[in-house]
Amino acid sequence: MAELTYREAIARGIAQEMRRDGNVLFLGEDVAAAGGVFKGTTGLLDEFGPVRVRDTPISEQAILGAAMGAAMTGLRPIAEIMFSDFFAVCWDIVVNEIAKSRYMTNGQVSFPLVIRAGNGGGLRFGAQHSQSVENWAMAVPGLKVVVPSTPADVIGLMAAAVRDPDPVLFLEEKALYPTKGEVPDGEVVDTLGRARVLRSGAHATLVALGNMVPRATAAAEQLGAGGIDCTVIDVRSLVPLDTHTILAEVARTGRMFTVEENPRLCGWGAELVSIVVEESFFDLDGAPVRITTPHIPLPAADALEDLAIPSVERIVTTVEKAMNQ
Amino acid sequence: MDAACHIGGRRLALYDQQIRLRYFEKRAYDLFLENLVKGTSHLSLGQEAIAGAFGVAMRHDDYTFATYRGHAHTLARGVPMAPVLAELLGRENGLMAGKGGSMHLTSVEHGVMGSYAIIGAHLPIACGAAWSAQYRGSGQVAVAFFGDGTTNIGAFHEALNFAAIWRLPVVFVCENNLYMEYTRTSTVTAVPRPAADRASAYGLEPVLADGNDADEMYAVATAALDRARAGEGPTLIEALTYRHGGHSRADPAKYRPPAEVDEWLARDPIPMYRKRLVDAGVDAAALDAIEKTAMEDVDAATEEAKAGAAPGADLLFRDVWADGGSSWRN
Ligand SMILES: Cc1ncc(C[n+]2csc(CCOP(=O)(O)OP(=O)(O)O)c2C)c(N)n1
Ligand SMILES: [Mg+2]
Repeated sequence: MAELTYREAIARGIAQEMRRDGNVLFLGEDVAAAGGVFKGTTGLLDEFGPVRVRDTPISEQAILGAAMGAAMTGLRPIAEIMFSDFFAVCWDIVVNEIAKSRYMTNGQVSFPLVIRAGNGGGLRFGAQHSQSVENWAMAVPGLKVVVPSTPADVIGLMAAAVRDPDPVLFLEEKALYPTKGEVPDGEVVDTLGRARVLRSGAHATLVALGNMVPRATAAAEQLGAGGIDCTVIDVRSLVPLDTHTILAEVARTGRMFTVEENPRLCGWGAELVSIVVEESFFDLDGAPVRITTPHIPLPAADALEDLAIPSVERIVTTVEKAMNQ
Repeated sequence: MDAACHIGGRRLALYDQQIRLRYFEKRAYDLFLENLVKGTSHLSLGQEAIAGAFGVAMRHDDYTFATYRGHAHTLARGVPMAPVLAELLGRENGLMAGKGGSMHLTSVEHGVMGSYAIIGAHLPIACGAAWSAQYRGSGQVAVAFFGDGTTNIGAFHEALNFAAIWRLPVVFVCENNLYMEYTRTSTVTAVPRPAADRASAYGLEPVLADGNDADEMYAVATAALDRARAGEGPTLIEALTYRHGGHSRADPAKYRPPAEVDEWLARDPIPMYRKRLVDAGVDAAALDAIEKTAMEDVDAATEEAKAGAAPGADLLFRDVWADGGSSWRN
């Protein structure tokens, strides 16, 4: 066991896969010589050299097009899009080309590639560098979407994503880069499509993703002290989605609260609520409740951004209010 | 096809390519009129010398990236006619079992890595295949075909710069048929030669070719492929040509001046090439035989395509993922 930051886990996860497989290449803006704008890829150029770790021009379509063309011809590229907001300038390659081509060609091509991107708010960067775009990605058939919340998950899910034969969007939570966690020694390999029950309670289930996971956990501690005993689930993977684990916990506790950083409309929690209501309605003791960022662009000022993104306090008061009704 | 075949053989191959593309697409057009081709379709009638010449010049394992106007580029790599026609008809025996349609023809076993219907998208993707070939040291070249209007979208410029800085083995082939869908490209473009005039911005030599001359296209294609294989990087070719019909099946192309159309019809690449071969002493009977075989193949492909069943419902949920399925949850 070693303690690593989420940021350090990125380079470790990529390096683990690049050592194992010479067909894994890595490209993006400022990723090689500079080690990444978030310093998440420091050391990769030194270890793997400039042929496998490549700086690109500011050309997001070219970055993802290159990854796609390489993946369909035998390689396993990892591409970085610096901020997930920038998907908006290369979304065509992601949704029209990468996501659909396997289906359209009747299975003639596969896209074993990973697209990493810094996602989410908390850094006071304003509306164009802070979005949580997981709900954009989840809406597209043909994309797998994972969002790790701990350093160990960064490494394990990165390994699973690189080894997966399908395209995976790997959203790294920018607010979590400095956070620390224990990481097992040796190779760490996880599985896509498995949620994790972090804490088991009797009264309610809080379902959270990414940066909302530590907040939901902290809220559960406070709620427990007040007599509301909560399960906390880290969804980890939106596609494939581990409905099994979530439905089981919701059925056991009778209540579900989603904690989502994405803006409200069509957030991942809305899909979960619909699944729970359709499939587990008679296990519910009350209406499912979504705790989300409001449907607004994110403001820059710390005071405003803190009001927008679900906080520990907002989670606690929302759950208390709903449970005491 | 074997680029090393002797000149006579090569010229017959170039004629054969063009004839097959022409006959196939004329048949495809007839089948729309019979309402058997559903959806849309974009023909390369008049532009066959370009796809045909590349088909002869490319190595069997090179990569083609085509557009929605990609029937010719697909067939030129040796993909049989019947599955292509069946794909246009939406049949189970189609090249992609009816899941892609006319605009997305793909045959990986023939190096046809896809036909892309979002303007410019395949140029960066071709760069990726070229990057892969470069990394693997395979000597393969990626060739991306696109139109004049495509030179004004961002992906074109991103791909050109990317290919140039990484010296990628990729050939960009702009088929300048003067029009986008219905607008003359020169009226919305800052330079007179939409591709050639942009080459210098990416450190490339401008290459302008007569896209209606199969010999010239073959020479230009071979030079670009050789350069790519030698590690000297990308080439951007602008091939001047003209489509005989409208942009797509629904378009009568009324926006083109009749004199212009007549002028280009007089420069139809196929009769011009036939005349050149006969003038050079090629036996007309050999050319007749090529035409006859091509027509027989089109007839047989038509029967085979029409005989195909509608795709079964099981195909609907197949091949979203590499495991063959479409499941997004457990
Ligand atoms: C991004 C995008 N914008 C617009 C279109 C619609 N569209 C399809 S073909 C076409 C014209 C393309 O012209 P050109 O590049 O000259 O190719 P040509 O059709 O002449 O072969 C347009 C505008 C599209 N498919 N994709
Ligand atoms: Mg055009």
